[in-house]
Amino acid sequence: MSKHFFGDTTVLLGRSLRHITRSPDTIITTAIMPIAMMLMFVYVFGGAIRTGSDSSYVNYMLPGILLITVASGIAYTAYRLFMDMKGGIFERFQSMPTARSSVLWAHVLTSLVANLISLVVVTLVALLMGFRSGAGVSAWLAVAGILILFTLALTWIAVIPGLSAKTMEGASAFSYPLIFLPFLSSAFVPTATMPGPVRFFAENQPVTSIVNAIRALFTGTPVGTDIWIALAWCVGILVVAYAFAMRTYRRKIS
Amino acid sequence: MTTQQAPAIQVHGLEKSYKELHVLRGVDFEVARGSIFALLGSNGAGKTTAVKILSTLLKADAGTARVNGFDVATQAANVRESISLTGQFAAVDEILSGRENLVLVARLRHLKNPGKIADDLLERFSLTDAGGRKAATYSGGMRRRLDIAMSLIGDPPIIFLDEPTTGLDPQARIEVWQAVRELADQGTTVLLTTQYLDEAEQLADRIAILHEGRIIVNGTLAELKQLLPPAKVEYVEKQPTLEDVFLTLVGTKA
Repeated sequence: MSKHFFGDTTVLLGRSLRHITRSPDTIITTAIMPIAMMLMFVYVFGGAIRTGSDSSYVNYMLPGILLITVASGIAYTAYRLFMDMKGGIFERFQSMPTARSSVLWAHVLTSLVANLISLVVVTLVALLMGFRSGAGVSAWLAVAGILILFTLALTWIAVIPGLSAKTMEGASAFSYPLIFLPFLSSAFVPTATMPGPVRFFAENQPVTSIVNAIRALFTGTPVGTDIWIALAWCVGILVVAYAFAMRTYRRKIS
Repeated sequence: MTTQQAPAIQVHGLEKSYKELHVLRGVDFEVARGSIFALLGSNGAGKTTAVKILSTLLKADAGTARVNGFDVATQAANVRESISLTGQFAAVDEILSGRENLVLVARLRHLKNPGKIADDLLERFSLTDAGGRKAATYSGGMRRRLDIAMSLIGDPPIIFLDEPTTGLDPQARIEVWQAVRELADQGTTVLLTTQYLDEAEQLADRIAILHEGRIIVNGTLAELKQLLPPAKVEYVEKQPTLEDVFLTLVGTKA
């Protein structure tokens, strides 16, 4: 690691954050789709959905909506990285005496900041719609921790198309399946009503354990093993995505 | 290690292939300190590949290259301290202002007083009035000037200009030429690639023609002219070129 790693990463982080403040639409569009889904699910479908709990449906589905927020937010990380590659500024940074990996880390940290802002916006809208939680400070911190890990894991996935895509559409298309994944989970309806194979998939994919863990933290019920499965998924995806992203990156600069 | 007599750039037997395509098939040349060296060639001749290897963005398959006395493969960090790359496309950050672009590069080069460096360069490249505007609003010539200004930060002894005037209008082209001449007058070594014969003729102390992955000739303009039979005296009516007409009408001093 270069002696300038932290300084250079800070400078480049400042640059991308300035990009965000100059085009706040990236935050708004990230937050608007999950908010629209939340409105639709709560006020259109919600009345007909039996979740098996007494509390309001917005309480039930907020964890899934938060994951969708992150999944749609990271598309912008791929987009910003792709634009840097295409515009030649990535090469300019790489040919300068800077810590080379700072360029990637700055984008990853920017993704974290942008997604956290979007998550706060979505949560505030949920509060307006009647979301209530008895969670204490430590439970909220645990939720934040899971969401940060989840964002980092998905961000490193986003780095791969950001570095290797040939077109802008290609750079962001990878996020569609990620946005869709919560629908095949316990995020909106209990998995018990799903037919066999779908139920098997839903119960064993990462989103279900993450949703269940966050939901349990919000309602103050025991998190059980879900939180450990959720953390294992997040860390596992993070490690694999990071390894692939760094491989793609090294291939790009050699 | 770095002696004043040693050439600024020494390239020996450089080879590079992309899968089946042999882009460079053994390139040799040297560039004397403080000179302007033009690498001339048609599209796809391998000019950009050569520049990328010299600026540590690509690894060569075979051969050696030394820049400012440092080996590009084993002393990449020292090479990056010695050079600046102005790529084929003006690599400026469009969302930042001209001044912010310059400050960003000064910070990444770990220089003191980035604000003053930026203001001085804005003035030198007649961009002071535009300094606060987003680079996205700049004309092609202004972008190129900003791009070159960014390359000068930190006074690197060697500058690579990859097709610096491609896509520019005649006036902007003359502005860029002026900037390159001023650089050389101050002792900076300039390696420029171009597909325009008149550009090489106007600027370069030495010209090398890269064709099908090899340097087929290398010499001063006078030496290259001697390769052809001596000039015959013919009487030809001197018509103004369209460029002469254009520049007279729009009133450029050139």
